[in-house]
Amino acid sequence: MGQPYHIRSFCSIQQETILLNGKPVFKSEQEDFDAFAKEAYKFIDIKYPKFFKMDHLSKLAFLTANLVLDKENITPDEPSNTALVFANSASSLDTDRKHQESIQNKDNYFPSPAIFVYTLPNICLGEISIKYKLYTENSFFIFDSFQPQKLIAYTKGLLDSKKAENVLCGWVEFDGKTYKSFLYLVSAKGTLEHTEETILKLYNA
Amino acid sequence: MEELKQELKAKIIDQLNLEDINVEDINDNDPLFGDGLGLDSIDALELIVMLDKDYGIKLTDPKEGRAIFESIDVMAKYISEYRSK
Repeated sequence: MGQPYHIRSFCSIQQETILLNGKPVFKSEQEDFDAFAKEAYKFIDIKYPKFFKMDHLSKLAFLTANLVLDKENITPDEPSNTALVFANSASSLDTDRKHQESIQNKDNYFPSPAIFVYTLPNICLGEISIKYKLYTENSFFIFDSFQPQKLIAYTKGLLDSKKAENVLCGWVEFDGKTYKSFLYLVSAKGTLEHTEETILKLYNA
Repeated sequence: MEELKQELKAKIIDQLNLEDINVEDINDNDPLFGDGLGLDSIDALELIVMLDKDYGIKLTDPKEGRAIFESIDVMAKYISEYRSK
């Protein structure tokens, strides 16, 4: 069986709304994601100018992670052994399309380095790691759909082997105008059981 | 030359997504990298693409950018001399 683990805090962002531990903390009228993200950034009071250079997937992951980690007092000032295990189904397709557009026309061939560097989904893990000074394990999986049992197994492996004290894990999806994030922090402490049933209930809330 | 400097400031703010910085906040001799605007290596590559796309200047060696992108003043003088667009 091994040691039981628990969910400490969780956050979801979709349809211009942010829920933290199940409670709405921010809602915007901005349907454009960049405008929504800018409002959310100011509301959370992040103060990290590089945020505005990130692609959509990284902005979404960064905002969600920020809320969970801050809620649990995991800050850049205090080194924390927090691993990151994320997944989605669209990979970095949203940014891949932008890059493709910039190289479509041979007579107007000007690929943007700033876009190209985000043509991998795991870059968002790097952005979070840089901000929070996490020199820890991280993985980004591509699944057809949200599959908590796979995240549970991987997370448990990291915690059982003492490779991490906490694991921030979940789903970060951005494709066209549709987006959804759901991240939760798992450790030995916490109030919610780290089970497939609990995770699915929180994901669908 | 003054018009080109203003144009460069506006383009840098827009293309490099510099939040909460206006054209008036950038002085002609401010360093663009390091302690100045705080631009990074990816920004330097974006500026190289901008020189090519907007002014027809191709830098074959990215290291050349280090001197050209020292400040708005230096950039404007270089573009005025070598532009083909």
